[in-house]
Amino acid sequence: MGRWGYVGMLAFTVAGSSWLEIAFSVRVLRRSVRAFQAILPIALPFLTWDALAIRHHDWFFDPHQILGIYGPFQIPAEEYLFFLVVPIAAIMTLEAVRQVKPHWLIGDEAREDEK
Amino acid sequence: MSYTITAVIFVFASALFDITVTKVRLLKRRAFWTSYAIILPFQLLTNWWLTSRNIVMYRGGAILGIRIAAAPIEDILFGFALLLGVLSLWVRLGRRS
Repeated sequence: MGRWGYVGMLAFTVAGSSWLEIAFSVRVLRRSVRAFQAILPIALPFLTWDALAIRHHDWFFDPHQILGIYGPFQIPAEEYLFFLVVPIAAIMTLEAVRQVKPHWLIGDEAREDEK
Repeated sequence: MSYTITAVIFVFASALFDITVTKVRLLKRRAFWTSYAIILPFQLLTNWWLTSRNIVMYRGGAILGIRIAAAPIEDILFGFALLLGVLSLWVRLGRRS
């Protein structure tokens, strides 16, 4: 795998989740603005945490198993992609569960709005 | 234990966010826990990939030292806090439309 080691994990996550968009009609990618609005405010504190942990060497990356592209705060590009790919996969999973079990309310159904 | 402490704080912060900010209360919903049950094995698998191959490494002093599928137990808390926060906000944003 070499430098594609971390990218491989991201590709696996994309492959394992993206088919839900079609098979379960989860419509997460089609609602990408809402997805982005849900991910960004949460990802920011986690990226701050990531930056501080990297600075303090709480965790570190094998430079031979990542692409070697770094974003702000010395965070590898793969980490930034992680905070996009993993949350989208989770949203797709929740929406797929909703498709299978529509009677399990998740909290944004019209009826709950009236409460 | 800096990773341990931060991870626990983030789990509580996400729970508080879900209960008091979005008020979605995913923590009480079967759909959330079912989704998490589906996600968790994949999280363990991908954590295992990253840690067993030393793609990501941890400073011994930062973690408790308890590992599940090669990854520090703190990683599970990290993932849980991230997903709870994102999913709770995702649902909250769906209430407007």
